[in-house]
Amino acid sequence: MKKHNFVTIADLTREKILYMIEMAQEFEKHPNRELLKGKVVATLFFEPSTRTRLSFETAANRLGARVIGFADPKITSGTKGETLKDTILMVSNYADVIVMRHYIEGAAQYASEVAPVPIVNAGDGAHQHPSQCMLDLYSIYKTQGTLDNLNIYMVGDLKYGRTVHSLLMAMRHFNPTFHFVAPKELAMPKEYKLYCDEHGIKYQEHTAFNEKVIADADILYMTRVQKERFSDLMEYERVKNVYVLNNDLLKNAKPNMKILHPLPRVNEIAYEVDDNPHAYYIQQAGNGLFAREAIFCDVLGITLDEVKNDKTIIR
Amino acid sequence: MNKKERLVAAIENGTVIDHIPTDKTYQVASLLGLFTLKTPVTIGFNYPSKKVGSKGIIKVSDKFFTDDEISRLSVVAPNVILSIIRDYEVVEKRNVVTPSEIKGIVKCNNPKCITNNEPMQTHFHVENGVLTCHYCEKEQDINKVELC
Repeated sequence: MKKHNFVTIADLTREKILYMIEMAQEFEKHPNRELLKGKVVATLFFEPSTRTRLSFETAANRLGARVIGFADPKITSGTKGETLKDTILMVSNYADVIVMRHYIEGAAQYASEVAPVPIVNAGDGAHQHPSQCMLDLYSIYKTQGTLDNLNIYMVGDLKYGRTVHSLLMAMRHFNPTFHFVAPKELAMPKEYKLYCDEHGIKYQEHTAFNEKVIADADILYMTRVQKERFSDLMEYERVKNVYVLNNDLLKNAKPNMKILHPLPRVNEIAYEVDDNPHAYYIQQAGNGLFAREAIFCDVLGITLDEVKNDKTIIR
Repeated sequence: MNKKERLVAAIENGTVIDHIPTDKTYQVASLLGLFTLKTPVTIGFNYPSKKVGSKGIIKVSDKFFTDDEISRLSVVAPNVILSIIRDYEVVEKRNVVTPSEIKGIVKCNNPKCITNNEPMQTHFHVENGVLTCHYCEKEQDINKVELC
């Protein structure tokens, strides 16, 4: 059997995305199972990311697998000069699947080429974070009942935010209309606008962020505007409070509109918004569990049919 | 051009690589692995050329390059012409064809790319003169590459 990996979102077809969403729905109905009983999952975090690691490890545990790995790169032999290839091959001796987070771009792709076991990319530098994208897609589907024909507003740091770039690419199958709301310094890069043009994706750009601009949004995807991203600190001071969401901005929002955020948030969503019915970012993170259970099963060759007819569900 | 005017001594059998931009002559020699050959190799440069202003010529005795070897030249000297010589006569002229993939020749210009942080071969996909790294997906212009 050909080895499955989950390294990039860019080459997933429409059918595959919907298939993964359907599988995640099954896991939301029954998250606790023994589908991976007897399996060992390795989580190798060459760069710390507590949120992502806990989500993957919870997914593995709820499916009955056991988990090995490291959360802190300081304790690995990489610091002694071992190559990534050696580390990956060594862990492949022990584990049935490897989840890896790395600060180097393309590390997961390379690992998937050398490892005999499936590789799940839990983020490789500024490059890709496909499991985040999967849970974003699942959250959009769950709240809107569809992925088709939605108005998606992306707000904040659209230059460096890899989550918005991945989401943009994954949504190409679903005829979205994007609105890019960002300060000039953090505007959506040309290459992604070109990508939209090539794939017939409609988009508009805004620098203003107010209740009128976002009134027809189905999804408001907020990201953090980080001070260290600015070359001109005056510019940062000028815009730092412009892209902050509060309840006043939500007055004209459509009833179905949901606010997403990859988290952690700092001040870009006022705490008062947490109780607003449009807020969805905490549930969104929770959806990561179901999306990641689906990812584990898919790379280990467990099909949607098997998940639906699963006799190992723990009720 | 008659034989009296020939710029570099003729060879009986082998390959003549002509129209190399002068400053690329040694890169071409290096990419073709000429420094490891045991047969005679003549390398010349600064010859006047109508096409490229100043050109290099390399003559390699008893060596015929594969398509793969020739395609390596596409990143430094895509317009060179290789003449295949048998018994002092040109029996075939070949151009460089840009391949759809380039492995192990060009450096990725992204310092955070895995290929710059691990002992491994680089790998690029080539489309319309743009190289896209197989690993980090950063793009670079085929005319502005740095060799490994």
